[in-house]
Amino acid sequence: MSTTETLAAGATRLRAAFEARSGDDACALVTYLMAGYPTLEDSLRHIRTAAASGADVIEIGIPHSDPIADGPLIQEAANVALGNGFELPQLIDALRQEPLTVPYVLMSYINPLLAYGCDEFMADLQATGCCGLIVPDLPLEEALPWAEAARGRGLALVHLVAPTSTDARLRAVMTAGDGFVYAVSVAGITGTRATLPDRIDSYLRRIKTFGDLPVAVGFGISTPTQVAALRPLADGVVVGSRLIRAVRDQENLAEVVADLAAATKGNIP
Amino acid sequence: MLVTEPDQRGYFGAFGGRFVPETLTVALDELQAGFEAVQHDASFQSEFETLLRDYVGRATPLFEAGNLTRRAGGARIFLKREDLNHTGAHKINNALGQVLLAKRLGKSRVIAETGAGQHGVATATAAALLGMPCRVYMGARDVERQRPNVQRMRLLGAEIVAVESGSKTLKDAINEAMRAWITELDDTHYVVGSVVGPHPFPVIVRTFQSVIGRESRRQCLERFERLPDIVAACVGGGSNAMGMFHSFLRDETVQLVGVEAAGSGVESPAHAASVSGGAPGVLHGARSMLLQDRFGQVRATHSISAGLDYPGVGPEHAYLAEIGRVSYAAITDDDAVAAFRLLAECEGIIPALESAHAIAFALQRAADLTSDKIIVVNLSGRGDKDLGILESLS
Repeated sequence: MSTTETLAAGATRLRAAFEARSGDDACALVTYLMAGYPTLEDSLRHIRTAAASGADVIEIGIPHSDPIADGPLIQEAANVALGNGFELPQLIDALRQEPLTVPYVLMSYINPLLAYGCDEFMADLQATGCCGLIVPDLPLEEALPWAEAARGRGLALVHLVAPTSTDARLRAVMTAGDGFVYAVSVAGITGTRATLPDRIDSYLRRIKTFGDLPVAVGFGISTPTQVAALRPLADGVVVGSRLIRAVRDQENLAEVVADLAAATKGNIP
Repeated sequence: MLVTEPDQRGYFGAFGGRFVPETLTVALDELQAGFEAVQHDASFQSEFETLLRDYVGRATPLFEAGNLTRRAGGARIFLKREDLNHTGAHKINNALGQVLLAKRLGKSRVIAETGAGQHGVATATAAALLGMPCRVYMGARDVERQRPNVQRMRLLGAEIVAVESGSKTLKDAINEAMRAWITELDDTHYVVGSVVGPHPFPVIVRTFQSVIGRESRRQCLERFERLPDIVAACVGGGSNAMGMFHSFLRDETVQLVGVEAAGSGVESPAHAASVSGGAPGVLHGARSMLLQDRFGQVRATHSISAGLDYPGVGPEHAYLAEIGRVSYAAITDDDAVAAFRLLAECEGIIPALESAHAIAFALQRAADLTSDKIIVVNLSGRGDKDLGILESLS
């Protein structure tokens, strides 16, 4: 692979995954599942199920002992995964041995990555065929060395924005970001909510005025109705806690994901 | 070269910063601007100082513990009596400062985390005085082992949330308070109780606590016409220690010692000595020293003292340890309990178990020194809250 191809790979594949769905009022479905929950083998099987059931991009959550941006469902899943002996290097090995064909990103808090080592982590992540990473406690001010290390390995460091973000911060993310932008739907933490936040439409439109990176919206989105409502407003919709609940309660994950995927085209079951 | 203020990004050397979700960054900018404004606001400073004098009861005395000195047999031991503050600990200094600041920021409610319950009581007290609703997050395990403080907080009108996640101690109470703050930024100020958390919290808490060291330094100069040889304070997150050390940082002849909780021993898995036994890492929004496994997961900690039972430490401590300006010792549960009992028996002072760690250190060090040396120990709080723990040991 030439250097330019390496540099472009992850970010380009992510962009393409969103752009492929942007016609006909559809949007991409991003599914969050936690590695190691309840075991590493189970979680890898769930990830493949989601990919086969209509997920366009997969987000693989890395369990952490202190997930300050997460609600009770993801906290509890992380506890279970860590209690069952989850170790990040084992996930990396598994992904390297059996690569996923669907574009995917890892979502991890910063401390497990610091412990792994920035350069070593990026090298190993690249070897898995992963497209990039999302780090919820790494704001712009701290992100530069990580973004550069990721880019050097053809990986996208995906930035988050929030309803509280100033115009200056939105502009910085939309112009400097890679792959896509993760728009946190509310000033809050992850977890299912009954309704979409007020003013979500004007918030998502405001982000789009600062650049043309794909915008995926997440936090609190759990039902096909919510997904269908967001479809004209965002390039992608992230569903997380709802799927963790499906795994916890041994629901039919393929059906849950398929219903959400249908909703990205406006079809509500 | 020693730095005593964080840089623009909130770093003391390689420690500090702001590792927080994007949602919080603008709120932290606003907090920083508001804090900088009150630093130069004479009416704020005058209101704060008046409360410290008339409500808290400052200045606190510097008491020569003559009987303890004789028991140790060596250097003279002096106690900075923060236990005599209203609510019984140093925590009220910071709580009043931050609740006043919250009013200046236009916030209508405050939340806080608490470990031993002293910071929760202090925040509930300041909120009652200044007329603000208050909610306190406390690990379910700490709710059990620090009952009297839970009752005090309820009397003061605070709502208590028992946190059931993780280790159910201070670390998890901070996680839950941060999550709550993220969802309530508009009208809520989070009164962080120690010199931890994302910038600007460590510098805010240290600033409101620095009255301890300012008074101690002045009291030493008035009394001895010289500075002390050693100043010691216990370190969990490290707020009483930073408040004590700040005024002495540039006094090169003064040895500064932070005393951590060795639990069952720093070599055992059951301790809470982050500087002595940890490695750099990020917890609660700052890079500091941290007890963690090799995969970056935060380790379970143990200390008999709930207020020291915390896997992290304030970033300024990590910096001061790295440059060698402050040394860090660790005292076991057993030695802390022995010091607790001794201070009660020979001086008639029942210290908090947290502060008993610093007393135990002073006893050990004083014995190695001659009687012309002076050790000042920050007696950061009173021990009524710990009687149940002591009872359960015997």
